[in-house]
Amino acid sequence: MVRLLVFLSLAAICSAQKYHVGRPATSDEIKSTDQFMAPSGAGLPPGKGTAAEGRDIYSRRCARCHGAQGQGDEEGPLAGGKGTLKTAKPLKTVGSFWPYATTIYDYVHRAMPFDNPGLLDANQTYSVVALILHMNGIIGEKDEMNALSLPKVKMPNRDGFIKDNRPDTGKKKR
Amino acid sequence: MPNNRRRSFLHLSGIAALAGCSQQPAAKTEEEKLPSALGKPISSYGERSHYETAKRAVPDLKRPQIGSTRTPLADTEGIITPSSLHFERHHAGVPDLDPARHTLLLHGLVERPLVFSIADLKRLPSASHIYFVECAGNSGGEWKAPGGPNVAAAFGLASCSEWTGVPLKILLEEAGLKREGKWLVAEGADACKMSRSLPIEKALDDCLVAYAQNGEAIRPEQGYPLRLVVPGYEGNVNVKWLRQIKIVDQPNQTKDETSKYTDLLADGTARQFTFLMDAKSVITHPSGGQKLTGPGFQEIRGLAWSGRGVIERVDVSADGGKTWQKAALQEPRLPKAFTRFRLPWQWDGKETELVARAVDSSGYTQPTRAELTEARGMNSAYHYNGVKVWKIAADGSVRNG
Ligand code: HEC
Repeated sequence: MVRLLVFLSLAAICSAQKYHVGRPATSDEIKSTDQFMAPSGAGLPPGKGTAAEGRDIYSRRCARCHGAQGQGDEEGPLAGGKGTLKTAKPLKTVGSFWPYATTIYDYVHRAMPFDNPGLLDANQTYSVVALILHMNGIIGEKDEMNALSLPKVKMPNRDGFIKDNRPDTGKKKR
Repeated sequence: MPNNRRRSFLHLSGIAALAGCSQQPAAKTEEEKLPSALGKPISSYGERSHYETAKRAVPDLKRPQIGSTRTPLADTEGIITPSSLHFERHHAGVPDLDPARHTLLLHGLVERPLVFSIADLKRLPSASHIYFVECAGNSGGEWKAPGGPNVAAAFGLASCSEWTGVPLKILLEEAGLKREGKWLVAEGADACKMSRSLPIEKALDDCLVAYAQNGEAIRPEQGYPLRLVVPGYEGNVNVKWLRQIKIVDQPNQTKDETSKYTDLLADGTARQFTFLMDAKSVITHPSGGQKLTGPGFQEIRGLAWSGRGVIERVDVSADGGKTWQKAALQEPRLPKAFTRFRLPWQWDGKETELVARAVDSSGYTQPTRAELTEARGMNSAYHYNGVKVWKIAADGSVRNG
């Protein structure tokens, strides 16, 4: 009886393959292609690093574009902007705006350094992520970032986002 | 056909000759007297006439792999944007992808993770639809001041194409979508692996995994060989160079749905996942940078579109908003596609202002800039859809109003 119920509920979810086009993905290729890191921490790789450890790699690989202190240079800043979101000149940075710390790892890993994405290994990435958080006064210089601690970091603007509540304009004219 | 035309032309010139009271056969035109020089031979792939110059202006950027070019909408006719003039927005350059090797991985909360080659996707049932793609940042400059000098600069991050591909729903059914699958994350194969989350309802509704644009393979700048087409939603989620779709239970909170493409409001909070593009229109003729040669007949032409459905009405004012007239809408009007509007107009040679205002099938009326900034403040950066005013000076020159 239990078995029958399990079977029935599974059948409700599984739609049968209709065209049999495409091939099954192997778990290896899923592993190597899936680099998504979710706010829950799912997908974060093993490894660790602190802001102190990140200084060297940051100054060699990031500072040219984002400034030695993350203040911005050839490209935008990674730090600052606290308290500016309501002003006429909002400065949206990791520190002032980003809701999740996991996004920093996900993004740096997939896209930075701009001209050579994928260059950093997991320890180096955790270290520069820790440094960016430290530059924004969110964690201490020696706080270790890893797959468990990074999702727990509470970003200052975590509650600053609301759902799309449009239409807020566009009422009938006549 | 050309022969017919020539005959009727000759016939007409015969009448003209008769009117001149002469019984002589009509004199030959200059063109007919000359021996015709042969033209160019047949060719394998067509090019536009060398007299035509419409182009996407390329800004001078330090890093041209991250940036955008805009469609010169004032130089396009009808509703289709030539693929060669479709706007560009890249975050890490245009990758060179071999369609024989490129694949799409579909995995996550599905019964059967699958890999599709381009050939696999082309075997599946296909669909073609005409949809606009508009960058959420289109007209972003108008938030601070309505300063865009011409249509391309102020509205050119929008284009409209016929897209052909496999409905994403079919792929999700093949893989067996699990009930916990509420969102997907789509990722491109560009150097930055651009990625965005989308609600599963939209994926099951009208998304296309597209391999063709305007009758041929998608252009490299538009995502060759594969692009996710998300009708009516902001351009950034129409992920180019699509290489994987992962089904998840929560949005992934990628950089481009947190740091970017969120809309800051006056109170300091920001709207997130503002996918839908609100109704919008712009007059493309007469428009900024053009010059009317003198008083008399002009056809006012423009484009309107809405992510909510079809364009129901476009009102046009030729007196700065005092009086409005309904423009004629080109049929068929398609949902989430450009609609061309036209209105005959006699310019009296005096200074005036032209404005258009679109109304869509949900009843949404395109707002003024004042209404938008009243609702959202000045810092939203994205999703500006206020009406655009073009000022016509007495000398016929058209400027931003
Ligand atoms: C060659 C210049 C360059 C270098 C070197 C570089 N970046 Fe970037 N970075 C950019 C550009 C350009 C962007 C904007 C990309 C976009 O918006 O698509 C960016 C964006 C970012 C962002 C997102 C900022 C935001 O608020 O949206 C982060 C975080 C970042 N970079 C971190 C790093 C780190 C860490 C390094 C070193 C490992 C690095 N970058 C090296 C050019 C660079």
